[in-house]
Amino acid sequence: MTKYVGGGVPRKEDPELLTGQGTFVETLTVPGMLHAALVRSPYGAARIKSVDTSAALEAPGVVAAFSGEDLADEWAAGLPMAWPVTEDIRIPDHWPIAKDVARYVGDGVAVVVATSRTAATDAAELVEVDYEELPTVVDIESALAEDAPRVHESMENNECYTWTHATGDIDEAFAKADLTVTCNYTQPRLIPNAMEPRAVLAQPSPAAGEFTVWSTTQIPHIAKVLLSMILGIPESKVRVIAPDVGGGFGSKLNVYAEEALCVALARRLGAPIKWVASRSEGYLATIHGRDQLQEIELAATREGKILGYRVKILANMGAYLQLVAPGVPLLGGFLYCGSYGGEAYHFECTGVFTNTTPTDAYRGAGRPEATFAIERAIDTLARKVGVDPAEIRKRNFLPTGEMVESPGGLAFDTTDYEPNLDRALEVLDYGAVSAERDKRREEGASKLLGIGLSTYVEMCGLAPSQVLASLNYGAGGWDAATVRMLPTGKAEVVTGTSPHGQGHVTSWSQIAADALGVDIDDVEVLHGDTHVAPHGMNTYGSRSLSVGGIAVHEACGRVVDKARALAAHLLEVSPDDLEFEDGTFSVKGVPDRTQSIQELAFAAWTAHSLPEDTEPGLEAHCVWDPPNFTFPFGSHICVVEIDTDTGEVDVVRYVAVDDCGNVINPTIVDGQVHGGIAQGVAAALYEEAVYSEDGTLETSTMINYLVPSAAELPSFELDRTVTPSNSNPLGVKGIGEAGTIASTPAVINAVVDALSHMGVEDVAMPATPERVWRTIRDANGGAA
Amino acid sequence: MRRISVTVNGVRHEADVEPRALLVYFLREQLGLTGTNVGCDTSSCGACTVLLNGQSIKACTALAVQADGQDVTTIEGLATNGTLHPMQQAFHDEHGLQCGFCTPGMIMASVGYLSEHSDPDEAEVREALEGNLCRCTGYHNIVRAVLEGAKAMRDSETVVGGGNGAADGSGVAMGRVREGVVVP
Repeated sequence: MTKYVGGGVPRKEDPELLTGQGTFVETLTVPGMLHAALVRSPYGAARIKSVDTSAALEAPGVVAAFSGEDLADEWAAGLPMAWPVTEDIRIPDHWPIAKDVARYVGDGVAVVVATSRTAATDAAELVEVDYEELPTVVDIESALAEDAPRVHESMENNECYTWTHATGDIDEAFAKADLTVTCNYTQPRLIPNAMEPRAVLAQPSPAAGEFTVWSTTQIPHIAKVLLSMILGIPESKVRVIAPDVGGGFGSKLNVYAEEALCVALARRLGAPIKWVASRSEGYLATIHGRDQLQEIELAATREGKILGYRVKILANMGAYLQLVAPGVPLLGGFLYCGSYGGEAYHFECTGVFTNTTPTDAYRGAGRPEATFAIERAIDTLARKVGVDPAEIRKRNFLPTGEMVESPGGLAFDTTDYEPNLDRALEVLDYGAVSAERDKRREEGASKLLGIGLSTYVEMCGLAPSQVLASLNYGAGGWDAATVRMLPTGKAEVVTGTSPHGQGHVTSWSQIAADALGVDIDDVEVLHGDTHVAPHGMNTYGSRSLSVGGIAVHEACGRVVDKARALAAHLLEVSPDDLEFEDGTFSVKGVPDRTQSIQELAFAAWTAHSLPEDTEPGLEAHCVWDPPNFTFPFGSHICVVEIDTDTGEVDVVRYVAVDDCGNVINPTIVDGQVHGGIAQGVAAALYEEAVYSEDGTLETSTMINYLVPSAAELPSFELDRTVTPSNSNPLGVKGIGEAGTIASTPAVINAVVDALSHMGVEDVAMPATPERVWRTIRDANGGAA
Repeated sequence: MRRISVTVNGVRHEADVEPRALLVYFLREQLGLTGTNVGCDTSSCGACTVLLNGQSIKACTALAVQADGQDVTTIEGLATNGTLHPMQQAFHDEHGLQCGFCTPGMIMASVGYLSEHSDPDEAEVREALEGNLCRCTGYHNIVRAVLEGAKAMRDSETVVGGGNGAADGSGVAMGRVREGVVVP
């Protein structure tokens, strides 16, 4: 009965967004609304000696202005960090507005409230802050130096935590290895760049003591809990609404200073307060991603079979710990062995404080870094062994099966890697493209080709709550859904996920319409408002379908169960005598005796005649806590053309064959893959957040942080294999991050492949024309 | 304050604006046309793209006073009597949008471009849209949508937003200008 599931149903979300009727937070206004603008530290580290708001207060339209000290008694708790990965992790105080020391450029030190956004912004310029500049440290290695300035003076050094994870006997694996490879990689700092800048609108109801907060957030339910804790407001008096949200990619998976600040100001001033980030402000005050130094060592046999993985990484946390920042490297910490086997695994990660914008989860969160390291290292191993990159992967793939033990210590739900890689090689025509690459090399062509493979596996479906407990994660991994048949025969699906571009309204409608046997247009999906959908764990980590979507599916099943009992009662037969198809129960062998689910919805509402012990209404709730993660996998192949005269890298082909299990909506899945690939290619070739030594973000606008446009990217060639997950009844896995996870190493492997005959073994990211040109020049002994 | 007269989506508006007010904020905050989004502060992202006399411009690069006497079309002015413009329909059909924040600008930039290049190939579309950033779609389906939308526009000979700069809207093609003058 899959009338809709598996089909490319056009999105129900589109009409408003296509016609300019989207309800993004910046669009919202309420009567009496005031506007907040922040004064932000221009220094990487500075003591705040005094804040003088008097001139700002005299500016036209200004209602109030506060320093961090002025607002100190608003906070019942600091900004939350929910993932203390070790017992001895150092957790600094993190107030919504700095009281005494600013620790990165962009740290808020004062706030001005005025009757218009321009008046507030103008007046913020008039706030006089007397700073005493302090020494700064911005990069990981400098921060770990013995005499490094301390980001938090109360701590003896800049180390935040060290987390280790091991399986097998790693020393033995290396002792018996025929050969080893050691690779060091830098994961540049990235700026997520959701197209919608962050914004908040907090409206108080002073008499009731209630607050409604509209926020550009991926996590309205989590935000409700945490805002209540930060502000000391009973949770029942906080309502958080995520209206249309213009992309997230992890950057809106946080409870930010400005959200707390707007509620605090609304409470103090008794008026609605709105704050909208400019793009450049967002570059300073919204989390960054990646920024890790990695060392990966492989122990292998002379045939290239990997025995052991030893990994050590250093992760830049920035100046404070945002919501899940310490845990981001852990999400990759099980996956530095990728889709491959082995006997032993050892992983160690140290988090480091620096005077930079805090980092946190950015699309893929830990898994792109892990995948990059292993997919790059296995290519190095292939060259050392002297086999083709496709062959080395096949020699090491985990076996096909269910609950397959990975050296990283996890049991992968379902695996079937080699046919997936073969399909990608076939789509590309690997032999022909390889021959063309070789021909150009032999001819000494100025435009060289390179082919890069990436055969990733990732983990999503965050997550079994008990597993999260073992990792010290501060919340559960379940999600919730309520499905109700309305008396008029329409269906209402209330979900705890919070979409911001992923098309949940459409996909959940497909699931519900099939399960209930109703028309897809008769399904309404409600989300993103904690008063409408009281339970949810929201949207991040490619979890929405494999957790929240399953909750929808299961709740629909419970509705059908209840409807069956009611139908049996009304038709005076046993429930076992009923068949359910296309929304209608019929008596087996008596097909004209029927009750449709719409008729049953009305009967359940009138409640005139119900089975014994049955409550009125046709509604069910499900909270789904998955038994395991899901482990999507796939093979991406990138072909680049490098102009050896200019160093310019052009992606000329890109093949992606992903396996995300069963697919609800192939059009939406493809869209997720496209966008993911683009972000991963961007990391490989274009994007890098750069700090100067004094803590200034040099790439502080979209002019000097290069988000690629359509002109920089090719069309992508997509295909799929389907290996259903056994972690949930729909057999789905998740696809939101796979493209980003897979693509970055595919691109760099291609770049290195193109230059490998010159002896090039690595090119740092982003592989800009200058960097590639210098690499070629150095490989040619200094001659360009 | 300066008094300006601007025809927006076929309706003439007279309004007092701050000399420094950007066109995009005039549209959003004074006229309540919030479909035009603001995605950056460096004229990089193109989310705010509108048509000025039929040509696409970034509404964050123009002052409201510069639109005085001109003809502006925003995303709200594209659909006709509840029927999506062929380009809006193509974005829907080809899944050319995810979060939808860049979409109004992307559609307006495409319509503006196609008014002068009605039959582009993929490479030309990619070049034409380099001033409009999207973070969700990887552009793959946007490019497909623009190519499909171009075909549909050729088939239906769709023209939008004039091109003659007639302040009274009389230069607007398609004869779908709404009557009436609104003075806020």
